[in-house]
Amino acid sequence: MSSLAAKIQDAFDEPACEKNRRKDVSTRKKGCSKPPTPGAAAGGCAFDGAKVVLQPITDVAHLVHAPLACEGNSWDNRGTASSGPMLWRTSFTTDLTELDIMMGQSERRLFHALRQIKEAYAPPAIFVYATCVTALIGDDIQAVCKRAAEKFGLPVVPINAPGFVGSKNLGNKLAGEALLDHVIGTVEPDDAGPYDINILGEFNLSGEFWLVKPLLDRLGIRVRACIPGDARYRDVASSHRARAAMLVCSTALINLARKMEERWQIPFFEGSFYGITATSEALRRIAELLVKKGANTEILDRTDKLIAEEEAIAWKRLEAYRPRLKGKRVLINSGGVKSWSLVHALMEIGMEVVGTSVKKSTVEDKERIKQVLKEEHHMFESIAPRELYAMLSEHKADIMLSGGRTQFIALKAKTPWLDINQERHHPYAGYDGMVELVRQIDLAIHNPVWSDVREPAPWEDDPAVEEQLSSPHTHTETVSVAPLKTRRLDAGDFAEC
Amino acid sequence: MVHIHPQTKSAAVNPLKSSQPLGAALAFLGVDGAIPLFHGSQGCTSFALVLCVRHFKETVPLQTTAMDELATVMGGEGHLEEAILNLKKRANPKLIGICTTALAETRSEDFERQIANIKMMRAEELAGTEIVLANTPDFDGALEEGWAKAVTAMIQRITRRGQQARPSRKATIIERITKPGEQPHKRKKVAILPGWHLTVADIEHLREMVESFGLKPVILPDVSGSLDGTVPDRWMPTTYGGTSVEDIHELGTAVQCVGVGEHMRRPAELLQKLTGVPYAVFQSLTGLKNVDRFVSLLSEISGVVAPPKIHRCRAQLQDALLDGHFHFAGKKIAIAAEPDQLYQLATFFIGLGAEIISAVTTTGASKILEKVPAESIQIGDLGDFEDLASDADLVVTHSHGRQVAERLGIPLLRVGFPVFDRLGSQHKLTVLYQGTRDLIFEAANVFQANQRMPSPEILDGLRKRRNAG
Repeated sequence: MSSLAAKIQDAFDEPACEKNRRKDVSTRKKGCSKPPTPGAAAGGCAFDGAKVVLQPITDVAHLVHAPLACEGNSWDNRGTASSGPMLWRTSFTTDLTELDIMMGQSERRLFHALRQIKEAYAPPAIFVYATCVTALIGDDIQAVCKRAAEKFGLPVVPINAPGFVGSKNLGNKLAGEALLDHVIGTVEPDDAGPYDINILGEFNLSGEFWLVKPLLDRLGIRVRACIPGDARYRDVASSHRARAAMLVCSTALINLARKMEERWQIPFFEGSFYGITATSEALRRIAELLVKKGANTEILDRTDKLIAEEEAIAWKRLEAYRPRLKGKRVLINSGGVKSWSLVHALMEIGMEVVGTSVKKSTVEDKERIKQVLKEEHHMFESIAPRELYAMLSEHKADIMLSGGRTQFIALKAKTPWLDINQERHHPYAGYDGMVELVRQIDLAIHNPVWSDVREPAPWEDDPAVEEQLSSPHTHTETVSVAPLKTRRLDAGDFAEC
Repeated sequence: MVHIHPQTKSAAVNPLKSSQPLGAALAFLGVDGAIPLFHGSQGCTSFALVLCVRHFKETVPLQTTAMDELATVMGGEGHLEEAILNLKKRANPKLIGICTTALAETRSEDFERQIANIKMMRAEELAGTEIVLANTPDFDGALEEGWAKAVTAMIQRITRRGQQARPSRKATIIERITKPGEQPHKRKKVAILPGWHLTVADIEHLREMVESFGLKPVILPDVSGSLDGTVPDRWMPTTYGGTSVEDIHELGTAVQCVGVGEHMRRPAELLQKLTGVPYAVFQSLTGLKNVDRFVSLLSEISGVVAPPKIHRCRAQLQDALLDGHFHFAGKKIAIAAEPDQLYQLATFFIGLGAEIISAVTTTGASKILEKVPAESIQIGDLGDFEDLASDADLVVTHSHGRQVAERLGIPLLRVGFPVFDRLGSQHKLTVLYQGTRDLIFEAANVFQANQRMPSPEILDGLRKRRNAG
């Protein structure tokens, strides 16, 4: 536990994190995410975060050492794609019983589970995830992994990120640490070259990295390792021989990028493949870093040429959507994508961004969003479900882009919605991905169902109609009431007489 | 006699189970104005929530006590209290259903006492909100147990105790004879405790049938009100629809209780113990004979003969059995489901002439397993299922079975929870005459869609004579 505590502190101290640079020593120690409020918390735990980052490594067996829920309630729920091995989609858990826990048999069970997996699937490596219960009862997972690795002759990697230590984001970082400690640098490639790069924090959701990779191929740039999307264990293990790296989802793996720079002198930059300008910028910076590390400078010209070609095609394709989407108001409620780049592209085709979440954006991104949005109050960290519902049901946005968690808030408010998080079914990266995103926005906004679901039944009491109907009614009533009153008064007067 | 094989592997491969607290949460979601609260780390809730949303395609109110490292080491009472108070303040629910997770239960604190303390110390703030505790560690049981525990806990906590005044059967009969033309003032109440595996459509249909006998059904839990996909006109932080807390309180005024599924025996027994309401457990309400028994019971309680609509439904089922049995006869079926659903489906398929070649279930504790018409039952996961189902004509399980079906090249009939890759699972009818009829059609259509055109190779199989040579 002490080493875990050190790891966590290390993640909080991360010097490459822009947020950290602005903090003093004592606030830095506390980490970024506020502790969740009991009864008012949303979001995953550290284990969730660690698994999210590592599970897309396709040929590894991912074994969750826990009672059922950690894996049983969560497996096969993410849309990352593999171009080969499918083992990552097979779920493994020690599914601990009461007896295992009470009798202290869980370590033994873990060891046997490792044997079972090795014999049945012969994977290149097994990742073992610690969880709340197994951490609480003090299982020495590290020792079991070490013993199993020796005994079965394959890498067995302990992932020490039990749920209770913190947020999903912390789990992302702890996963990066595990790769640094146990995987990266353990295999020497025999084919390292001057155009090798790593892409860090790219998950290949709906296979979207395959919209970017052909661009890199055309430039003669080889992806040594994309971590974790569509990765193989060997690629990750030998990724320390890349010349440069791009960090895609910065908050998730910034520690990994910085430490790889420190240990193996792999320079990195933070970038995004969401949006046209962002994609171009990313390609340019990859080329620049490679040149810095000794690649031929002619790659810069080739990159510029490719960018010019691709941008022209993309903008032309997007132009078709301008008349249909101009002036439409979009609300972006997700930390999952680089909102700046998205904001820029959507505004470029004439859409109006009425709000964007900046929860996971970097300080630099926030500045850029501020500049393009002009109105600062359009940026928010997070928004309560009730407020969100109110905003949408008052039709303050024509579409919401978000993750599955808030999907039904939009739908119940009868507002078009598009998934831009991990469960989505469409690839949005690169130039073609951006066009696809805009196409999906168009399809969502202009779907004929909206007029159907928003109209009340004609036979139902429409409040407006009711008002019309009832107002003369009330009128006659008041009219008839008035004389009645007078009469009653008269009657009263009579009685008194 | 069915052989039940216990799980012997060390690693579960592709779990069949969903966790016990999730089952309890589903039950609490069937109560009006409720919020289930997981006592554990926030991931426990997040995973369950995402799974529920994927299944129901609804916003699902589900909260967490968000135990952190400190609470894990020092104890979670403070978090429990804070969570309850926060929920009360934010959402003012009528019921908070606490489902303990493995993390909280491994620490094994005295939650009952803690909750009693919180209620006492905060009596004023918490007025108007029932707090019910279900002990549901993930390392034990699955959906079925969690659901049953939550229902039992609600009856234990909320239902008014004591024999409650109601006319005896004799008195009613006398009344009917002496005052033939008069309607009784109050319709007779029937308490129905459905198992977790009944869909929204099942529960609506059950209600209609009971009402058609002039009876008043009170259904606990009633997901047909809360998870049926209706669109509320304002934002609701709790469930909307479902059994009212008041109805749970008055459950003892029913003349009869009906449990659906063996796992509802415990809550039904408790209700009887507390209030004297007699109960009948229907292990399955699918299949002609089971439904006949149910209709007979309703007829007996109400003293009313079955209305014409029910005659028509029964006749339709007879016809479906006649039309459908061709497609089922001799078919090899593999089922992986929780015990009661396994029983329901296995008896259904057997009843149409099919054969159960493999049966996998989540836990060995249920008595119903002995009655499942299969040679053997494996307690296990979808990895076991994949090994056992390779000769099947149809695999029957939830959506996680899609990988099995894909790899084996066998069609998959999706049942139970979770069903996240098909729409409308909650509106699928599986019980009573109509539900049985619909199931026949659905399965028969899967068989027909996967029928291969005859070829010499297929017919070769028929030519292999057992005793030849």
